[in-house]
Amino acid sequence: MPWSEIGISLVKIALVLFLVLTLVAYLTLAERRISAFIQDRLGPNRVGPFGLLQPLADGLKLIFKEDIIPERANKILYVMAPAFSFITAIIALAVIPIGGGFSTSLFGLLKEPTFIKFQIADINVGLLYVFAIGSLSVYGVVLGGWASNSKYSLLGGLRSAAQMISYELPLGLSILGVVLIAGSLKLGDIVQAQAKLWFVFPQILGFLVFLVSSFAETNRLPFDLPEAEPEIVAGYHTEYSSMKFAMFFMAEYTHMIVASSLIVSLFLGGWYLLPYFGWFGIDIVKYWFLPPLVFIGKVFLILFLFIWVRWTLPRFRYDQIMNLGWKVLFPLAVINIIVTSAVIVFI
Amino acid sequence: MVVGVEHYLVLSAILFIIGVFGVITRKNLIIVLMSLELMLNAANLAFVAFSRALGDMTGQVFMIMAITVAAAEVAVGLAFVVSIYTHRETLDIDVLKMLKG
Amino acid sequence: MEDILFYIFAAASVAGALLVVTHNNPVVSVLSLVLTLFSTAVLFVFLLADFIAAIQILVYAGAIMVLFIFTVMYLNLRKEALAFDSKSVPIKFGILFVILIVVAYLSSLGFKRGLQITGEGTSTSTNFGTVEGVGEVLFTKYILPFELTSVLIVVAIIGVVAIAKRRFN
Repeated sequence: MPWSEIGISLVKIALVLFLVLTLVAYLTLAERRISAFIQDRLGPNRVGPFGLLQPLADGLKLIFKEDIIPERANKILYVMAPAFSFITAIIALAVIPIGGGFSTSLFGLLKEPTFIKFQIADINVGLLYVFAIGSLSVYGVVLGGWASNSKYSLLGGLRSAAQMISYELPLGLSILGVVLIAGSLKLGDIVQAQAKLWFVFPQILGFLVFLVSSFAETNRLPFDLPEAEPEIVAGYHTEYSSMKFAMFFMAEYTHMIVASSLIVSLFLGGWYLLPYFGWFGIDIVKYWFLPPLVFIGKVFLILFLFIWVRWTLPRFRYDQIMNLGWKVLFPLAVINIIVTSAVIVFI
Repeated sequence: MVVGVEHYLVLSAILFIIGVFGVITRKNLIIVLMSLELMLNAANLAFVAFSRALGDMTGQVFMIMAITVAAAEVAVGLAFVVSIYTHRETLDIDVLKMLKG
Repeated sequence: MEDILFYIFAAASVAGALLVVTHNNPVVSVLSLVLTLFSTAVLFVFLLADFIAAIQILVYAGAIMVLFIFTVMYLNLRKEALAFDSKSVPIKFGILFVILIVVAYLSSLGFKRGLQITGEGTSTSTNFGTVEGVGEVLFTKYILPFELTSVLIVVAIIGVVAIAKRRFN
């Protein structure tokens, strides 16, 4: 691998990290402002214009808070858990394509122009990679709950483990329809297969199952049983404070971003503007900056949906969650696979 | 292949023997199950290393079969563990001698 | 660069394996096993087995080990006694250990010699180890074993349900 390639990859990684961390900070603000709007309040609007500096103030507050480690806690695991949670959330973004790419010679640094993809790594098993990393993210939550040595944390961790295992099945099965139609696990290929028609139309059942399951996987309302405040205080992060708490918080929002990008690239056409005929003739090689903007706009819409649902729907009971996962979503996902493969084979 | 197949085989042997060590010396049923997983994993590593050396994907297919067997084994094994623990309040395999008949 | 990475991840997997069998805290054991499985998955990538590596993390580390950690937490096992039968066990194992490593090394040398004699190279096709390649082999040459694994899984599911039901009655 030539050094220029490694350098470009490093720049991309730094850029994605910076963008996502900024986005996470402003998502917390957006969440508070939108919830205030839904509940007919004002929300935080004092720090800076429209409260835009509020995330900065929050971050400063969290950094300078006292960092408490419970006496009977398992210290190593207690410190590891939030970091593990956040890392597994953020490295899933490595294979998400946010645009086609562009050719450049880096202002004459390289001898011949190279094509730079808007994607850190286009690996052969892209989609499986996202799911593999996603399946590891349960450890952060479970460890945080176990290492705190508190009953509420342990209950939250256990609930989270059960819920995430249960919802991984419909989540994984619902995308198989998309994979069958696109014929590839590369996310770049899947997006390009939607140039004619977004997959949300032929795969409406898969889309709905995926949407509901990803709400459950991100531990958001109406499925936030692992941190249900009225029942188990704050669930797995009851004992956490200061930046460790903030890392759990950031992990949750990063999970939201990953889930939204996946929904957009699998079902909503990725960086294609229109449901039909993609870019209707706009030369995206020339205007290479348009596809990322479209992709990010779509991600914002899905993120708004996440927040909207959270402040609208009440929480499910635990047995209801398990029933929904195993008796409704799982059979629906299987039916979706059978119908899709039948259509592909016989028509 | 920059790293030769013998490196992978030696690593596989090391992992396997550590797994055997765990199965024989540990008293806790869950740790014994985990050591079994370790041994299976070592075997898988050897399968995939040979598959690469031969340029034949049969070894990788074997690995998929081995993972399926491991998943089934763990599901049944852990169901037994939970069942035994609720009956006997212990997972010490020296105490659990009811399989002797 | 590949050999340095190989030694790093090989050392990580051995360290994880040692922690599994020697630590007295079951949760640490489970996590160490996850470390071992993850490092092995990275080694699979070096062996051009991308699909297998993804499956290893997805199924082994992501599902089977979560089941383990769930059981450990559900039974709330915190400290387990480290019981060894006798002092001579580690020594016997040490001897066995050395023998097995030597056997592994010699057999790999023999294997390489055999490759040279039969003239089979290590040339690989472009889709070696990818989803397409493994899928093609799995669904043509090994379709019967593949179908039989589904029988195995059904048997396992029925067994688990039967055990769990009996406990609650």
